[in-house]
Amino acid sequence: MPGEGPGRASANGRAAFEAALGLLAAGIAAWWLPQMLELFSIINATVYTAMAVLALSLALVWGFGGILCFGQAAFFGLGGYAYAVAALNLPDTTYAVPIAILVPSLAAAALGYVMFFGRISDVYMGVITLTVTLILFNFVNSTAGEEWRIGAAPLGGFNGIPTTPPLNLPGDPGTPLAPEQIFVLAVLCLGLCYALCKLVLRSRFGRVVVAIRENELRAALLGYDVRLYKLGIFTIGGAMAGLAGLLFANCVFVSPTMFSLAYSGQIIIWVMVGGIGTLLGPVIGAMLLQALTAWVGTLPEINPNLILGLVLLVAVLAIPRGLQPTVAGWLRRRLPEDAA
Amino acid sequence: MSVLLATEHLTMRFGGVVAVDDVSLSIEERELRCLIGPNGAGKSTFFRCLTGQYRPSAGRILWRGEDITGLEPHQIARRGIGIKTQVPSLFDGLTALEGVVLALRRQHREREARRRALAVLERLGIAELAHRPVGLLAHGQRQLVELATVVAPAPDLIILDEPTAGMSAEETAGTAALIRDMNRDHAIVVVEHDMQFIRAIARKVTVFHQGRVLVEDSAEAVLADPRVHDVYLGRPPEARQAVPA
Repeated sequence: MPGEGPGRASANGRAAFEAALGLLAAGIAAWWLPQMLELFSIINATVYTAMAVLALSLALVWGFGGILCFGQAAFFGLGGYAYAVAALNLPDTTYAVPIAILVPSLAAAALGYVMFFGRISDVYMGVITLTVTLILFNFVNSTAGEEWRIGAAPLGGFNGIPTTPPLNLPGDPGTPLAPEQIFVLAVLCLGLCYALCKLVLRSRFGRVVVAIRENELRAALLGYDVRLYKLGIFTIGGAMAGLAGLLFANCVFVSPTMFSLAYSGQIIIWVMVGGIGTLLGPVIGAMLLQALTAWVGTLPEINPNLILGLVLLVAVLAIPRGLQPTVAGWLRRRLPEDAA
Repeated sequence: MSVLLATEHLTMRFGGVVAVDDVSLSIEERELRCLIGPNGAGKSTFFRCLTGQYRPSAGRILWRGEDITGLEPHQIARRGIGIKTQVPSLFDGLTALEGVVLALRRQHREREARRRALAVLERLGIAELAHRPVGLLAHGQRQLVELATVVAPAPDLIILDEPTAGMSAEETAGTAALIRDMNRDHAIVVVEHDMQFIRAIARKVTVFHQGRVLVEDSAEAVLADPRVHDVYLGRPPEARQAVPA
């Protein structure tokens, strides 16, 4: 009987299994890597992990929600700055965490409301998200003067806020987290975000979001308020990008470059190279390309952006579906039928 | 019988073009209505107004007496209007079953939605397509999957825009039987060009021409009406006498 095919229950079980697997991998990495790496590498690995969270946020919004957002960097920057400002003003930096997630979520919700309820078409959505990011970039860049401060936090213009305190042990402001601990936290956040994405996509909400990507009109004709679902996934993506900004603020420091065009572009490249419509692909894409950019940066007389552009060109031509679908397809052909 | 859906002087203009011109029409509970008319007669525009995809330039749309003019498509759909569009509108990346389950998921919990979805696919004779991605199906199969998606949540009014286009003779006959069967519980409006099909299912036929209602009568009377032949075949008025009744 056809009804006996891959059942919903087993699909949910599989999503839960993959989510658990992601968490387990994060756990192992968090436990093992700090013992292996030296301090500089640990900080670098934390940056890569933060970028992977950022890539995951766009993978969700673009790959599954079908919303091409050129401004994911805006929420990343807002998360970083919200953390920095709150951490400088609050005695316990733990309380800055919800603020760093809430501020970009609200910004995403407000921007999303205008775009989705205003019936802005896809192309203009790209233009609007890009413009908002550039406005923020220029604004934060021009806050160098003494008058630009929020409480105890000077915004610092193009210098950013180098005095941002790191997270402390919750409830113990006197004990800031060591870089190793920040790394562990970042890896666990990545694992949690991955698990969250998996579970969201298996829920009714997530399936309607994917259905809207497939055919917006049909979803509306079945009685789903398309605008609300898009707003929902866009806001979740904004929150996740904010978390990435928080992690970044804890291993580097916040500066206007977080809002830059270069970042916005890179996030899109990570997702494209990793595979649109996948989660693991963009995570790996972000890490690989970050590592590549860092390595090329050490070579004399080569512009990293040139190499990054070249990589994108080759990737789009050679593996148009992206890393994850290509590798998965290759494995499926190699492995015996039932294992795939 | 009470009126389910009514339009009052519905008009839709695009710049200088009047696609739907002062159409007043009413559909009763459990009615089976056929809508015919040559290409460009305004049928699809009329439906897009009914389902909220277009905001009409003038006139009103009433659903069980409530004014629903200008509501969003999802708000109209939730009142109980289902539409099968002319070009199948489907979730290509999902399987047939996933799509039909989503159609039911607003009203039912997962397990129940799944059970009902499988039953609908079974009833339409496409149970074997349940786990196939819709984007890979043949045109006739896609028509049936869309029909299943529309029928599954049991809307009070089902609008079918050319449901048999691209279907085999066998599939067409099956669809005619299915429409008569569905009509026991739902009001149905069907747009078709296939006269054989209309004879097989229809009681009352409305003819659209140039955005207006040309004739509204029983199937036999409409199919014998020389004016209907004229608009379909484009005969000059003086040749009317030659049209066989």
